[in-house]
This record gives sequence, structure tokens and C-alpha cells, in this order.
Amino acid sequence: MADAVVEQGPTVRAARARKSTSLRNALGRKSTVAFFLTLPLILLIALLVLYPAVYSVHLATLNKSMQKFVGFGNFLFLFKRDTFWMVVKQSCIFAVTAVFFKALIGFIVAHFVHNIPAKGQRKWRGMLLVPWVIPPAMSTLAWLWLFDPSYSAFNYTLSFFGIGPINWLGDNLWARFSVILVNIWYGAPFFMIMYLAALKSVPDQLYEAAAIDGANWWQKIWYVTLPMMRNIIAITALFSLIVTFANFDIVRILTSGGPLDQTHIFATWAFKVGIEGSDIPLGASVSLFMVPILAIAAIFILRDVSKRGNEA
Amino acid sequence: MSRKTLTRRQFVAATAMSSAALITAPYVRGAYAAGKISIGFWDHWVPGANDASTTMVKAWGEKEKVEVSIDYITSNNNKIQLTVAAEAQAKSGHDILQMPTWWPHAYAESLEPVNDVMEPLIKQNGEVNGTTKYLGQAGGKWLAVPATPGSQIKGPCSRIDLMKKHAGIDVQEMYPAGAPAKADNWTMETFLKAAEACQKGGNPFGIGLGETTDSVDTAGAIFQSFGAELVNAKGDVTVKTDAVRQALEYYKKLIAFLPPDAPSWDDASNNKWLISGRGAMILNPPSAWAVARRDAPQVAEQCWTHGFPAGPKGRFAPFLPYFWGLWSFSKNKEAAKSLLTYLSQPASIEKFVAASGGYDLPAYANMTTLKTWAEEGPPKGTLYHYPNPNNHQTLSIAASPAPPKVAQQIYFQATLTKMALRYAQGEKMEATLAWAEGECEGFMRS
Repeated sequence: MADAVVEQGPTVRAARARKSTSLRNALGRKSTVAFFLTLPLILLIALLVLYPAVYSVHLATLNKSMQKFVGFGNFLFLFKRDTFWMVVKQSCIFAVTAVFFKALIGFIVAHFVHNIPAKGQRKWRGMLLVPWVIPPAMSTLAWLWLFDPSYSAFNYTLSFFGIGPINWLGDNLWARFSVILVNIWYGAPFFMIMYLAALKSVPDQLYEAAAIDGANWWQKIWYVTLPMMRNIIAITALFSLIVTFANFDIVRILTSGGPLDQTHIFATWAFKVGIEGSDIPLGASVSLFMVPILAIAAIFILRDVSKRGNEA
Repeated sequence: MSRKTLTRRQFVAATAMSSAALITAPYVRGAYAAGKISIGFWDHWVPGANDASTTMVKAWGEKEKVEVSIDYITSNNNKIQLTVAAEAQAKSGHDILQMPTWWPHAYAESLEPVNDVMEPLIKQNGEVNGTTKYLGQAGGKWLAVPATPGSQIKGPCSRIDLMKKHAGIDVQEMYPAGAPAKADNWTMETFLKAAEACQKGGNPFGIGLGETTDSVDTAGAIFQSFGAELVNAKGDVTVKTDAVRQALEYYKKLIAFLPPDAPSWDDASNNKWLISGRGAMILNPPSAWAVARRDAPQVAEQCWTHGFPAGPKGRFAPFLPYFWGLWSFSKNKEAAKSLLTYLSQPASIEKFVAASGGYDLPAYANMTTLKTWAEEGPPKGTLYHYPNPNNHQTLSIAASPAPPKVAQQIYFQATLTKMALRYAQGEKMEATLAWAEGECEGFMRS
């Protein structure tokens, strides 16, 4: 027994010393320090993002009274509903159209701002960012007054030109147009500022070389600007697509999904079904339906971005 | 180490002395000896109405030695519904929470039955109307107590002058202040003719065709007056019936006389329509009149709130009651029930009605002739017929008598207004009915 103790003494000490050295090494490693520094944020995200996400998946697998597990039953039910497919179609139209025009307008305006002399540029950048800085719930209320069914400021102005009155929010097509328009107004500044930053990082030598080669304005954009901005365009479009698909406030304030459900998108319909209709599992299923669509889009776009990053 | 042992005799003596001391000691009752409760009230839009609730609850708390905390929760953008859903999910929150129309049924499993509160109240205040029973009871159990604050009838609020001028109808003669209604001729046909005349005269009726409650409630009352039910009380889908066809035909005619932007109206649009002086009538509680009294007095003094027109199957008016629900997870149910009883006493009801300027309606039969409604003005008596004092019309809610959980879906998906609008916009009758049938079948899920 005593021999064993004598024999074990140095081994244990050595093991302890090894352990403390490795712990010290681990703590000394940059990655460990980084992990501990980011831990509060990781915990915050786990609490505020991961937990609700997992919980909503759990809710989506319950029956209406939330007492029975039904697996994919809610999704199978949704797939049989015409209104659901109408909402899917409208969400896609809403998101794709809005993101396309936000990108286009952002791109054009970024060029204009880029060409303003540096001295006055800051003012313009600030002013153009205003729509993006105002909380959308507030700015959309102002739009609601402009579109107001009975007292529209737009209709009042158009009446001087003998146009209208336009039923901005009461006609199916005009209502869709209006909600997309407000989304573009709100989101285009974000694209503008991202594209402006990208434009500033394109070396002037490339344009000079293109000019020496005799490239015209369009060829400079097509062969120099766009290839240099591809990654930022892809990432901005993906980010905006996700946010636009999940939009709620603009549609909710302007039309509440009407007329005849023609402006409902995922979030507003999920609210209608889940909260107003007290069918929380079905509402959770509606809002989760967009996850695979966005995940697939994200995989393709990010794969393309990283491929180009590797090529570079 | 010596240890003193306690003899049996000493133990008995000590116990007896301690008991005697405890029994004879003076009982000091603390300020909040009966514990705490919290109540979430609907945030009333009438200035000062919340103060009346606060005063009453505080007075009760002081009398009963209960510490009460009060929150006022707005119904704007369904905040109150979100709070109900969140508290039911978390099984935590207020002890008592005010909830609108369909919510007691939606969260029936999480609510404490309140038969012991309701039975004495009904004996004291009179029978409650059918809609309150339909929304507040399940299987003979009272799920919640009808709340006076926020409960309302969405009847016609007409412009006296414009109705006389365009339609030749004297609404004050039809619904005289202080006397029963003389409205036998006030039928759906008369209503349609008046709508046409007012539209031609440049003051159309302001009836929404949107998806918010005002539009749905109007559609509900019109459908019911034709006996049209999308789902019956047993839960059978009854969309393809003659009654539903008649209601749709009627609505199509009516829509032709409404403002062209009515499909995009929300619950504020009809109020604005009346207050701006553009409309001859809206279907709303007297909130629009009350705002007009402040902002457009010349309009307010021409407003008269009265009963709904009668259809072939009766005269129905939309009634939207609020309830006070007591959560089953409440930790002080006895105190909460005592507070609910207190808030439903005739004196409390009278204070609620007075503080809201007559907007709030009690659900009890004996409480529909309070002096507030007789005296409010201008013009004096404008609210006399608002609480249905002569039981002149059946108070109802859209989508009833379908089982409440199904009816809630019909109501919030605005199936009735959507049907009316689809048909009026040129869809074939059978296509509209087939669409509605499909929707209702979807609402049956449990």
C-alpha cells in the first residue's frame, strides 16, 4: 500500500502539472480568449434567438389546442389551403420585386452620390439615409395618411392634373403596388450606402485603364464596377431578401392584408391566424414555412460568394 | 455534560401556555393582510374612464386589505390579445385580465370557472344577453365575468339632418328619446333605399368592407337578419343555403351605394367619415359622436344613435362584450373573485357607464336604463336607444351561432365581408359560395 503511494506521488504531481500547464495554455490561446469574450453575446443570442426559434418549431408540431403532438400535420393542413398558396405567391412577389427595385435604385443613387464632390457628399448621404433611419412603424403611418382611402394627399395632388382618384389601398393591384412602394422607399437607402462603400473601394486605376482601352460609360459599369461589386451585391440582396420576406409592419399598417387577402405576406397572415385566430401552432407553421426557402437562397448565394473569394 | 430533560407534565404545561398566549394575543391586521392581486384592464380611449376604474379598485383594495396593481393595456394593434396569448403561454402574469369577445373560449383551459361569481350577479342584476352567454359560457361553466368597460353595440349612428333631407326619414321620431322605438318600417329594404338616396345626395352611408371588426360586425348583423349562417350551432357547414344567397344579393345592392374605397376601410375610417361631415350614417358605438362633440360640434349635435333595421328573420345588432378572465394560475383566486363581484355591482356599473360618457355597456338586463344614456348630449337623448333599453333588437355577434372556436376563425378571417365583396366585384354566386365553404371547412380543425 505504502509502495503504491510512494510510486503514485510523482505521477500524480506530474499529471497535475501537465493539467495546469495545458489549462494555462488553453486560457492563453487567442481563440479561447475570443470565445470567452464572445460568450455573453453567444448566450444572449441563444436566449433571444435560438430559444424562440426552437420553441416555434416545437409549437408548429402541436395541434390547435396545443395539447397533442401532430408532427408535420400543420404543414400538411396548410398545403391544402388555397389562401396559404396565395400568401406564398404574394410573399415571393413582394420580396423579389421590392429587393430588385431597392437594389436598382440603391445602385443608381449610389453612383450619383459617388460623383458628388467629397465636400458636399456627407449632407446627401445623411439625407438619403433618413427613410432607413426612421422606425418603419412611424414612417408607414405617414404613408397611410398619404394613401388614406378618403382623404389621400396623393389623390388631392393628382386631381390638379385631372388624374384619379386612385383607390390606393382598396384596389387589389394598387394595394400591392402601394405596399411594395413603401418597402422600396424604406429599404433603398440601405442598398445605397452599401453600394456607395463598395464603389469607393474600386481602384480608380481600373477605370483609367478601361478609359485608355476606349470603354464607354456602360462598358465601365458592366466590366469594371459590377464585377468588383458582385460580392457586396449578393450579400446585400440576400440580407434584404431575408428581411423583406419577414416584413410585417408595412403591410400590417397599410392594408392589414386586404383587400380580399391580396396583400397578405407570411408574417401578417401568421399573425392573423396565430394571434387573431388563436391558432398559435398554425401561425408558427406559417412563419416557419419561409425558413427552408431562405435557407436554400442563402446556401446558393453564400456558396457563390465564397467561391469568388477563393478565386480572388 | 448535564442535560435537562423535559417531563411530560412540563411539556403539556408549556404547550397549553403557548396556545393560550397565541389565542388571546391581539390580532394585528396589516395593511395588505389579504395578499396581492394584479388586474389588467383594457385601456379605455375615453379620457378619464381609466381613472374611474383605478378609484374603484383602490377603494376595494383598501376595504379588503388587498394590495392591487393595475395595468391598462391598449387594444391598438391587438396588444391586449397578444398579452392574453403571452400570459396563457407563460402561465404567469395578471390574476385578472380583461379580454375581448372570443378570448374566453380560446383560452378556456387556462381560465378559472366563475359560476360562483356569476350566479349571484345574474340574480341581482338580471339575465345576461344571449351573446354574452354564447361567448362567456362553455358546457354550463362561466369562463369569465362580463366586463362593462369596453363592451359596446355597433348600431347605426345617423345624421338627423341628412337622413331627413335625402331619405325623408326622421330618426328621432323613429327612435324617440325616453320612449320605446317606433321602428316597424325600419327594415333592410328601407335601409337600402335610404343608402341609395343618401349616396345620390352626396352623403353615402359609411360602411366598411375591410377585414377589421367594424366591417365584419356589420356583415354579421346583415347576414343574421336574413337567417344566413355559414356554420350552424352543431358545427355543420351551411354556406350553400338560400338565406346566404339572399344576404349576398342584398349586400351586392348595398355595396353599390357605399364609398368606392370601402374595401380598404379600417375601424377608424367610418369614424372619420362621420366626423368630417361626409356621411349620413355609420354603424358604430358612439365613439365617433363623442369625438365629433369635441372636434366637430356642428356634426355631433346632428347625430342620433339608434337600432338596426330588421331583415326577414329579425332585427339583429352587433354586440361586442369584453370579459374579465381569472387565470387558473392566479395565486389569490378568492380575492380576485371578490374584486370581480365588486366591479359588477350596480353602483360600480353606473360609475363605469358615467365615466365613459355612455360608451360602456353592461351585459345585464336590469342595467340598460341608466340615467347617463338618457341625459348625454347634444342632442339630449342621442344615446337613449344605444343600450337597447326596450329589447327592440337581438344582440348578436358575427359568425354566431357556430361553435365559438370556429366562429372566431370566420370572424377574424372576415369571411362574411370577403364573400360580399367577391360577389359584388363580379364573381359568380356559386364560386363565392364554394370559396366560403372551403374556408369554413378549414376552420374546423381542432
